[in-house]
Amino acid sequence: MSKRNLCQISPGFEEIMPAEYRDLVERGPYGKGWGVAEMGSFKELIEEHPLCAGCGLALSMRLILVSLPSPEDTVVVGSTGCSALAFPQVALHNIHSLFGNQNAVASGLKRALALRFPGRVKDVVVIAGDGATCDIGLDSVLHSWFRGEKITTIMLDNEAYANTGGQESGMTQRGTVLNMAPKGKKFGKVAVPEIARESGCVYVAVTSPAKPKNMEKAVRRAVLLARDLGPTYVQLLCPCPTNYKFKPNETLDRIRDQEKQGHFRPREYYTPEAEAFIRQLEEAKG
Amino acid sequence: MIEQKITDPASIFSREGRSKLFITGSEAVREAIKRANVDMAIAYPITPQSESMHLVGDIYAEGYLKDYFRGENEFAVMSAVAGASMGGVRVFTATGGPGTLRAFEMFSTWAGSRLPIVCAFLTRGVNSPLTIQPDTIEMAYLLDTGMIMLHAENAQDLYDMLLKAFVVAEKTEVHIPVGVFADGFFVTHTRDYVEVAAAEFKLPPYNPYSAPVPVMDMENVPIRQMRDPFVMKSNFVSYATHASWQQEVMAAAERARPYIHRYLDGLLEVETPGADILIVASGTAVSQSREARAMAAAEGTEVGLVKIKCLRPFPAAEIQQITRNCKAVIVPEFNRVGWLCREIKAVVENNGKVIGAPRVFGGMTMPPELILDQIRRCKA
Repeated sequence: MSKRNLCQISPGFEEIMPAEYRDLVERGPYGKGWGVAEMGSFKELIEEHPLCAGCGLALSMRLILVSLPSPEDTVVVGSTGCSALAFPQVALHNIHSLFGNQNAVASGLKRALALRFPGRVKDVVVIAGDGATCDIGLDSVLHSWFRGEKITTIMLDNEAYANTGGQESGMTQRGTVLNMAPKGKKFGKVAVPEIARESGCVYVAVTSPAKPKNMEKAVRRAVLLARDLGPTYVQLLCPCPTNYKFKPNETLDRIRDQEKQGHFRPREYYTPEAEAFIRQLEEAKG
Repeated sequence: MIEQKITDPASIFSREGRSKLFITGSEAVREAIKRANVDMAIAYPITPQSESMHLVGDIYAEGYLKDYFRGENEFAVMSAVAGASMGGVRVFTATGGPGTLRAFEMFSTWAGSRLPIVCAFLTRGVNSPLTIQPDTIEMAYLLDTGMIMLHAENAQDLYDMLLKAFVVAEKTEVHIPVGVFADGFFVTHTRDYVEVAAAEFKLPPYNPYSAPVPVMDMENVPIRQMRDPFVMKSNFVSYATHASWQQEVMAAAERARPYIHRYLDGLLEVETPGADILIVASGTAVSQSREARAMAAAEGTEVGLVKIKCLRPFPAAEIQQITRNCKAVIVPEFNRVGWLCREIKAVVENNGKVIGAPRVFGGMTMPPELILDQIRRCKA
């Protein structure tokens, strides 16, 4: 169905449909193949959102949704956390089940869609926070990778449990004082990208919304590779002004500062098959 | 895939033309799933459930199911079957005892998400201390998750209830999970005669678009679910939304009653309803009660027997009516807390006549003599 009109309006209902629905029908991205370069010229999949001003997560979610190669055939699985507050505003089928079970839900979902739609694209993308991915849900994240589930896992890394009031997570940097780490965190960020590389992910990228084009490329590669080769992982640094107490307009500067200071290291890992696949794909696209 | 003919559920449920097998309860699970047209099963081992899911794996390898895998723990398995069910396929899994507790958060989520998952609970005691013995205590915890609960007395019940569970669960106006419970070891690990339908037939497939909630497949319009997420809002709309949805899930279980009547021939079965002494039981306690009843009859005492097949929804009106004129109600149970006795006491008028005994647990058996003792006390 990739190019068919997913959203339509029954004749006679044009006037009474909500404005954002009419926008989706008339200027939505389904089947269009649009991306970051076209932002501002079409109706995006996220409609408003209740997240804080300057939220790194909100910016990342917006860019992820714009970067999906086939939004008309993408189902998102989320988890509890700040992002769960924004997903009800997203015009894709998206599942919030529980805190930490997102990759297990996605495993069952992907297999079900593969059974029901053989030979057709049905992308399953997990988008969850660092607490959900690295702590409470790590078991299911790892096992989905070990099993080679053909899903993309995206971590929105704001280095804290932001939605419960700013507690330390496994992705918080060493020494940071947060709730539940009153004397500073005793260990460093968990090396999830390297764990992913060793656990079966064919592609791993660490990037951020500070470089939208770069981030778009990572998300597209991850989704396309998961479709054909195996699990992929993208980790996005999404600073949290509310809990880290900086001004909302400083979010991107903070990412750049972190990179300059060596605390944030963008990187990519491929398997040889993934690298060949991507080269072929991107050369074909020109 | 193995070629099987799709047939009307009524003909699979019919006792006509069945063949008789001498099999364990675990094998009865295999025989039911073989005929249930299940798309996918997801497994995780725990005694006494493991063998049943090995056998489901075997029939997957033979081509009766399209997908099957071992998950990483019970919570993940219950999550993965939820994902599969949201994706629009018919799924099956099984667990028991500590596995049930490990997975617990998912059961309310299944019901709240209106997923017609069928799960076999092959019950066992829970820690501590460590136990791998029969016990039905986990059922006490599951009474209020929102799922429909059927309790099998024996392997025949287990086979029949599993097949019927899919049909009841998938009705549009029901569309909530069904737990089919059987007492671990007593049913799973013993052999009994089970009459089964011909294996060349299977149930009609699940139609995902019969669901009362959207299937998560991007084949129907992904409208914004809400204009203002209520999850963190303290306002009347958020309270009302959550409260009304919980009521709707409860109502869905109520709407299952006519189907349970149609397919399971009622929520309970009664023998000698007019007797002064009634035994009310579920699961293998029914078999033990039947023995005790025969022993009492040999002594010249008439005892009635109520076998509860469906615990959620609960046959409250039926039990109230049946027990109205009797002098004593004996409720034998395989657990410490006496959850069935609590349920019975809540609906019996004049409930001082309800006797929560005998009660065995920790793996003990329930000799019929223990029940007979209670009958004699009622007579005294």
